[in-house]
Amino acid sequence: MNLLPPISLLTVVPLVGAAAVLVLGRKDNRLARVLAFTFAFLALAVVLILWHWFNPTAGGLQFEEVHAWIPALGVEYHVGIDGLGLLMLLLSAIVVPMAMAASSRIEARAPLYYSLVLMLEAGLFGTFTALNFFHWFLFWELSLIPAFFLIRLWGGTQRAAAATQFFIYTMVGSVALLLAFLALFLCTGKFDFMDLAALAQSGQLLPSLAAGFAWHSLTAGKVALLLCFGAFLGFAVKVPLVPFHTWLPSAYAEAPAGVTMLLTGTMSKMGVYGFLRILLPIFYAQLREVRTALLWLAVATIVLSAYAALAQKDLKRIFAYSSINHLGYCMLGIFSILKWTGDNPALAAEKAAALNGVLLQMFNHGLTAATLFWFVALLEKRSGGLRGLDDFGGLRKVAPVFCGMMGIALFSSLGLPGLNGFVGEFLIFKGAFPLAIAPTSVSVLGLLLTAIFILTILQRVFSGPLNSKWAGMHDLTLSERLALAPPLVLMFVLGVYPQLVLGFTNSTVMQFVRHLRF
Amino acid sequence: MLAWTIYISFGGALVLMLLPKGGVRAARVVALLAALAGLAIAVADFARRPSGELVTVVQVSWIRSLGLEYHLAADGISLTLVLLTGIVAVAGVLFSWNIEQRANEFFAFYLALIGGVYGVFLSFDLLLLFVFYEIAIVPKYFLIAIWGSTRREYAAMKLALYSFVGSAMVLIGLIAAYVVAGARTMDLVQLSQFPFPVHFQMWAFPLVFVGFGILAGLWPFHTWAPTGHVAAPTAASMLLAGVVMKLGAYGCLRVAMMLFPRGLDPWGFHVLGLGSWREVFALLALIGIVYGAMVALVQKDFKFVIGYSSVSHMGFVLLGLMTLQQIGLDGAVLQMFSHGVLAGLLFAVVGRMVYDRTHTRDLTELSKMSLGKVLPFAAATFVLAGMASIGLPGFSGFVAELQVLIGTWRSFPVFVVIAGVGIVIGIAYTWRAMQMAFFGASHNSSVGSAAYPPISIPERIAAMLLLAASIVVGLYPQLLLRVIIPALHSPMFDGLWKGGVR
Repeated sequence: MNLLPPISLLTVVPLVGAAAVLVLGRKDNRLARVLAFTFAFLALAVVLILWHWFNPTAGGLQFEEVHAWIPALGVEYHVGIDGLGLLMLLLSAIVVPMAMAASSRIEARAPLYYSLVLMLEAGLFGTFTALNFFHWFLFWELSLIPAFFLIRLWGGTQRAAAATQFFIYTMVGSVALLLAFLALFLCTGKFDFMDLAALAQSGQLLPSLAAGFAWHSLTAGKVALLLCFGAFLGFAVKVPLVPFHTWLPSAYAEAPAGVTMLLTGTMSKMGVYGFLRILLPIFYAQLREVRTALLWLAVATIVLSAYAALAQKDLKRIFAYSSINHLGYCMLGIFSILKWTGDNPALAAEKAAALNGVLLQMFNHGLTAATLFWFVALLEKRSGGLRGLDDFGGLRKVAPVFCGMMGIALFSSLGLPGLNGFVGEFLIFKGAFPLAIAPTSVSVLGLLLTAIFILTILQRVFSGPLNSKWAGMHDLTLSERLALAPPLVLMFVLGVYPQLVLGFTNSTVMQFVRHLRF
Repeated sequence: MLAWTIYISFGGALVLMLLPKGGVRAARVVALLAALAGLAIAVADFARRPSGELVTVVQVSWIRSLGLEYHLAADGISLTLVLLTGIVAVAGVLFSWNIEQRANEFFAFYLALIGGVYGVFLSFDLLLLFVFYEIAIVPKYFLIAIWGSTRREYAAMKLALYSFVGSAMVLIGLIAAYVVAGARTMDLVQLSQFPFPVHFQMWAFPLVFVGFGILAGLWPFHTWAPTGHVAAPTAASMLLAGVVMKLGAYGCLRVAMMLFPRGLDPWGFHVLGLGSWREVFALLALIGIVYGAMVALVQKDFKFVIGYSSVSHMGFVLLGLMTLQQIGLDGAVLQMFSHGVLAGLLFAVVGRMVYDRTHTRDLTELSKMSLGKVLPFAAATFVLAGMASIGLPGFSGFVAELQVLIGTWRSFPVFVVIAGVGIVIGIAYTWRAMQMAFFGASHNSSVGSAAYPPISIPERIAAMLLLAASIVVGLYPQLLLRVIIPALHSPMFDGLWKGGVR
């Protein structure tokens, strides 16, 4: 631990892997795949070691590294993780090998594919550990480029349009984000998230903004709100929040299965992570001003996306909208804690519960959604690319194991108690209800709609009379079962023993709630 | 040691002239060795330099009666640009590996041009600087007129005329400065300490600035640049956009701004809302950024897209200079390096990798060829270079343009917004060119199936070299800023920092 800086090492592993896959695996797809898996598991091993070393009772940043980088721009190499960061690293390191496993059908330019996936992983690791805007933004963008090409080159028939739409939406969000932080830098001379948050907490942010924007007639409060909106846009597109979500269904549907898993499992979390790590600590005063609007935006995200999922025929699109829905709960939890509660300890506890729920939900959704898209990929492999809701029927009879295992994932997504999905949503609702009664009540509608479309899938695809076309469909092979077992086991484990995650996130959450002086 | 960059380049040119005709291989090797030697010297000197202070290389008396000296020296700014020249020169030779027609002469002119460029960057005597500046014009003309393509005679002549007009303006300014300062010396260091009368600086500054600015692509005197870049053979386009435009920007900074800093002061009255030469040139630079980007957006010829993008990116250099902020000037110098590397790379992709194989640069025709599949390496290189060019973080363009924008924010807050629009248009034209040239409709493969020779090893090495330079500087700009910042703080620039308005 003292010999090697673990976080830098972690970010380098997938980058080295990307280069190795591209160079060594150039001629041989099999070798490229094996190399890619090796490096993905190596990264997972490093994350697990980090978890082992991580002190769960300390709420602050651990494994911090600070080095000078570009002094003229206030840019430092500053990385570190707390409970939130560790959770995201774990999720990324788990989803990436899953996505690779689901990519077995990729034959064309396979080395490039796996190399891009590893680059994406490096982008994720960097995003979840960097604490200086410049450094963070580098990785934020680094993850966008491979994602674009993965959709653009290996996607379905409408891939060009989907990739372009994805790129333009996220790019516009990124530019807004960049401008907001540039303005912050110009006024405060700081790029470091921790420094900026400290400024915001000590109330010095507004005076510096007023000084920096002296040439303009806007008041500092308005400027701060504007900057907050710029940064908000960047994250809202990524999560996504309604109405910034329209890129998502086509991107998820057109991307190859493995890439969809990465998009939903990890990249959507970048947005939520951004809200927690960056937006909330720096702009909480501004966000609080528009809290009601934000809460209803989250409600709209939850209800409308669930409603849209009901109307879809394409399994991938259903799960895409369901993803938006699930992340909507995270946003509900986050926005609910913006409420001003003074020193009321009971409500502070509710905030901690909601926030813990948000973190759990981030992890659970990543795991469950990725698994669901994996099942869709397996189904497509058997059906020759068909994945419509009405293309199947009665598969339970020919592929019982397939249906059983996918059923577990579906019920996890539904939020059945005993599986992982339940705990997170329960904590969010428990915490958010006293803080924001009306929005939370309305968003329960989302749970109901989710139940309807999940049960519809079970009914149309697996039950009913067997569609004779699929009489010869074979069940999951042994290797597929083995590959799918770990995520499914994890769903049970987390459902029964959420302490596994809460154990190391709780102190971070407590510190977060304390620090923001709500 | 640095002086040898000049001698080796001219020596190489001489050797190439004397080589027997038809020895294409020998010519290439000699050119490559000369370029490599220049790069090696630049790198070695760069690595040994603890900071960017001015270090004299050679200083001997030249024409004693006039006080002229042969004075070569380098500070951090010179060093950065010498390094850039070395990198682009090596890449240019590698990208010219397929030149067969009159290869000896081609490489001779090429090396002579490089020698002249090295000379300009290292001269600290005004007349010497001017002589090297003139030397560089001649080979440019021949490189375009003999080996060029589209309307080459026109383009070569236009470029030469523009250059000579600029030189004439510079020369008038230089001689005037020499006389006003007492006709004793042309030494830059000494002249920079001479208190020229303000009214003299007020007319000498714009004269010299525009004179050099013509070569830097200052709008509206930029029109030589796109036609020249397009007509020139690949290696010459790379040099033109990569380093020759930097000669202009360097002259603006080193001569116009360093000698006549008071020329940037307010006039004391306003014309059309503009109150100083500084505001005038900042506005022209800004127009260049947006105008260049907008024109690039509608081009049909792939090479013209890159040609106009150069005008746009050089606008950032000039805008950075006019901010008169530490960070803006840092950014301007960094942008000179960044644009040099990236423009070289983009022109190489268009001119060498694509045009030499497909023999068309028409974007509509290219879009039918699905080059992304046929020439994957070219596509990947263009994608990376394009990303760097639009200023994605991690590449040199980002840090450079960021610093310029920060400086601009402090000096001309409103301009930042407009420059931002220029950047957005930059994303659009790069995107459009990339889509049309490499990822066009892939179903129609009737033309695309033609087998092109694969991307050769020299091309790959050169592309890697340029990309690596951009990425290394993008990730660790301190590498260059380490020498640039102290150079801008040397006593020579005191006048700039102590001017009336700041």
